[in-house]
Amino acid sequence: MIDVADEATAQMGAPASPATSNPTVPVAGRASARPATGRSAGRRGSGPFRKGLEITLFVAPALALLGLFVVVPIARAVQISFFKWKGYGDFERFVGLDNYRRVLENPEFIEAFQHNMIIVVASIAIQLPLGLAIALLLNRKMRGQGILRTIIFVPYVLSEVIAGVIWYQMFVPNEGIIDTVLSSVGLSGPKQGFTGSLEWALPAVIAVLTWKYLGMAIILFLAGLQGVPEELYEAAQLDGASWWQIQRRVTIPMLGPTLRTWAFLSMIGSLQLFDMVWVLTGGGPANATSTMATFLVQQGTQRSNYGIASAASVILFIVALVMALLYQRFIMNRDNTATVVRRKKVSR
Amino acid sequence: MARMRRATAGIALATTIALLAACSNGGDSPSGDGTTGGGGDKGEKVTISWWHNSNTGDGKVYYDKVAKDFEAANPGVTVEVSAMQHEDMITKLEAAFQAGDAPDIYMERGGGELRDHVNAGITKDISDAAAETIAKLGGSVAGFQVEGKTYALPFSLGVVGFWYNKALFEQAGISAPPATWDEMYAAIDKLKAAGITPLSVGAGEGWPAAHYWYQFALRQCSQDTLVGALSSYDFSDPCFLRAGESLQELLDAEPFNDGFLSTVAQKGPSSASGMLATGKVAIELQGHWEPGVMQGITDELGEDGIGSNLAWFAFPAVSNGDGDPAAQLGGGDAWAVSKDAPDAAVDFAQYLLSDEIQKGFAELDMGLPTNPTASKYVSDAALASLLEVRDAAPFIQLYFDTAFGKAIGDAMNAKIVDLFAGKASPQDIVDATQAAADAEK
Repeated sequence: MIDVADEATAQMGAPASPATSNPTVPVAGRASARPATGRSAGRRGSGPFRKGLEITLFVAPALALLGLFVVVPIARAVQISFFKWKGYGDFERFVGLDNYRRVLENPEFIEAFQHNMIIVVASIAIQLPLGLAIALLLNRKMRGQGILRTIIFVPYVLSEVIAGVIWYQMFVPNEGIIDTVLSSVGLSGPKQGFTGSLEWALPAVIAVLTWKYLGMAIILFLAGLQGVPEELYEAAQLDGASWWQIQRRVTIPMLGPTLRTWAFLSMIGSLQLFDMVWVLTGGGPANATSTMATFLVQQGTQRSNYGIASAASVILFIVALVMALLYQRFIMNRDNTATVVRRKKVSR
Repeated sequence: MARMRRATAGIALATTIALLAACSNGGDSPSGDGTTGGGGDKGEKVTISWWHNSNTGDGKVYYDKVAKDFEAANPGVTVEVSAMQHEDMITKLEAAFQAGDAPDIYMERGGGELRDHVNAGITKDISDAAAETIAKLGGSVAGFQVEGKTYALPFSLGVVGFWYNKALFEQAGISAPPATWDEMYAAIDKLKAAGITPLSVGAGEGWPAAHYWYQFALRQCSQDTLVGALSSYDFSDPCFLRAGESLQELLDAEPFNDGFLSTVAQKGPSSASGMLATGKVAIELQGHWEPGVMQGITDELGEDGIGSNLAWFAFPAVSNGDGDPAAQLGGGDAWAVSKDAPDAAVDFAQYLLSDEIQKGFAELDMGLPTNPTASKYVSDAALASLLEVRDAAPFIQLYFDTAFGKAIGDAMNAKIVDLFAGKASPQDIVDATQAAADAEK
C-alpha cells in the first residue's frame, strides 16, 4: 500500500529501524545502492501514468536545483573558458582553446595540481589506518563510548572557516599556541612559522585536514561496523579466534565496501579542496599550498582572468570526473556485485 | 500510511512552488527604484548607495554624519551607507560590477582598473557634471582621467613610505631617520642588536611585499623609463632587474618579522600593521592610511597604541639608481559614480570634496586631502610630514599593480612574493611581468 521509502530506511549499513519502515517497501524515484536496505519490484495497482506523474513530482525540485545550480554554471564556465573576458561587459574576444593551453602550461597550475595529488594520497594514507584503528577501538564496549565518539566527531561538525581561523591563530609564529607550547618544552618551530615556511606549510595543511576529517572517516567506519553480522563474530569466537584475528579476518574484509566508499569521498574532497586552504594560508606562502581551486579563484577574482579561471575549472572538473570513473571502474566495481549478493541474503 | 504519502507529496509540491517563486522573484530587483536615472529633482524620493572603507572609529562616525547632513540639505534623498573593511569592499565591488549592480558612489583607485571599468561601461563620465570640483582639485584628478575625460574625484592622495616607532629608534640608538640605504642597513643592524625586529611586512597578501620592489624600481629607473614601460609594456630596461637585486640584498639582511610570508597586512594584532601598532616591530612600509588602520587595531584591543611615537620617512635613496630620490610611489582614492546612478549621486560626490567635508576629513586624519584648502588641517605630525613630501615630489608613480591593471599587477606581485620566499630570482620577476604583459596585448 505504501510505495515511498522515507529517509529512515536509508541509513548506510545500519539495520533499518522497524518503527518507521517496512523492509519490503519499494523505492520510488531514487536508486538505493546501500546494503541492508530492503527492495523488491514495484507492485502498484495504478497505471503507469500515475507513476510517471509521481516520479515527476518528486524529482522536479531536485532537478530544478540541479539545473539551476549545477548544469547552468557548468555550461557557463565552459562558455567563458573560450573567451578572454575581464569579468564584465560582453563576451567579445573568442580565443578558442588558448585559455586551456595557458592553464596547462602554467607552472603555478602544475604546482597546484601536484599539491592536490599529494593531499589525495596523504589524506587516505593517514586517515585510513588512523581512522580504522580508532573505529575498532571505539567499537568495543566501554565506559564513555558515546562521549568519546562525540569528541572525535566534533571537528567535522565545526565550520571549515571557523576551524581554519582557529588553526591560523594557533600557527602564528612565536605568539601562537603551537610555538608557545613548543618553546615551553625547549623546542622551536620553523623560524617562519608552520604556515609561513615553504617546507612546512603543506604538511601543516595536511595535519589540519586530518584533524578535521578524521571524525568523518571514523563515523563512517563505525556505521560500517554495525553492519557486520553478529553471527560471524560468534562463529569466529567459537572457532577460537583471538580479537586480533577477528579484526583482521572478519571485520576489515566485511568493512571493505565502506572503506572504498570513504576513500572515494575523501579523494573527491581532496581534489576540490578550497576553503580550509584559503582561510589557513590563502594558497601561500608563495603558492606552497595552492590547490587547483585556489588557483582558479586567484586567476578569476584576483587577476580578473575569468577565461583562464573557467578553463582551469573545466580542467578540474575533468580531472575529478576521470579519477572518479577510474575509481568506480577498478576499485568500486567489486562492491557492486558484492552488495547484490548480500542484499539477496538480507531480504530473503 | 496513505495519508503520510500525500503529506510527503504535498511537501515536494510546496518545495517546487517555492523554488519557482524564488526564481521568478530574482527578475525584478528591489533596488530598482533607487537607481532609476535622472531622479535629481527636489522633492522626489531618491536613494543613493555609497560604499566606503572607513569602517572603524571616528572615520565611520564622521561619514555617517556626512550622509545625514547631505540628506538634511537635500530633502527626498536617502543615502544608504555601507562601511566595509578595505579588502572586503574590493571583493564586494568586484562582484557588484559583474552583476551590473554597482553602488551609486564607490571608490576608484585609478590606473588599469579604472580603464577597464570605463571600457566596460561601469563608470560615469562626470567631466561636465562635476566641472567645478574638478577645477578646484587641479592636477590631482589627472590619475582619474581616461582619454581626457574625468571619471572620479580623488579625495585622498598619498605616498608610500616607512612608518616607524620613534621610541624604538631611540632605544636602538638611531638618531635620525635613514636617508640612504647605507644608513638604512646601519639602522637595521642597530635595531637587531637591540633585540628589536626591524621591519614587518604582510607578504601573505602580496601587495605589501610588492611595494618594496615598486619602490626599488622607482629609485633604480628614471621617470621616462617607468612612464614608457607603462604604455609600451616593455620591461627590458636593466633597471627593473636592478630593482629585484636591491630587494634581494635587503632580504639577505633578514630584517623582517618571523613568519612574514604568512603575515596579513592589516587585520588584527598579528598583522604587519598590528605589529607596528603594538610596538613589536620598529618600521613598516605602508601607505598614508596606516595611522587609521593602526588606530582601528589598537581600539579593538583596548590599548593606547603607538600614539605620538609614530613618525614617517620616505623610501631611502639607492647609490646606483637612475631615479630621482624625491620621486614617490603613491596613489589615491577617488569617489566615482556608477553609470546609471541618479544625479544626486554626483552631487553627493561633489559634496564629499567640498571645503567643509575635506576639512573634517583632514582633521580626523582619515587621509591626505586633495582639496587645497584642507591641507593645513592635517593635525597628525607624521601625516603632515608625509604631505610635505607628497607636495614636493617631482613625480608620483601610481602603485604598479594598480597602474598596470590586475592581470599584470597580480602576476607581478606573486613573483615578488616568490622572491621573498626564496623561490624566484630578480630576473624571474621581470620575465613573469613581461609574460603577463604580453598576454594582455
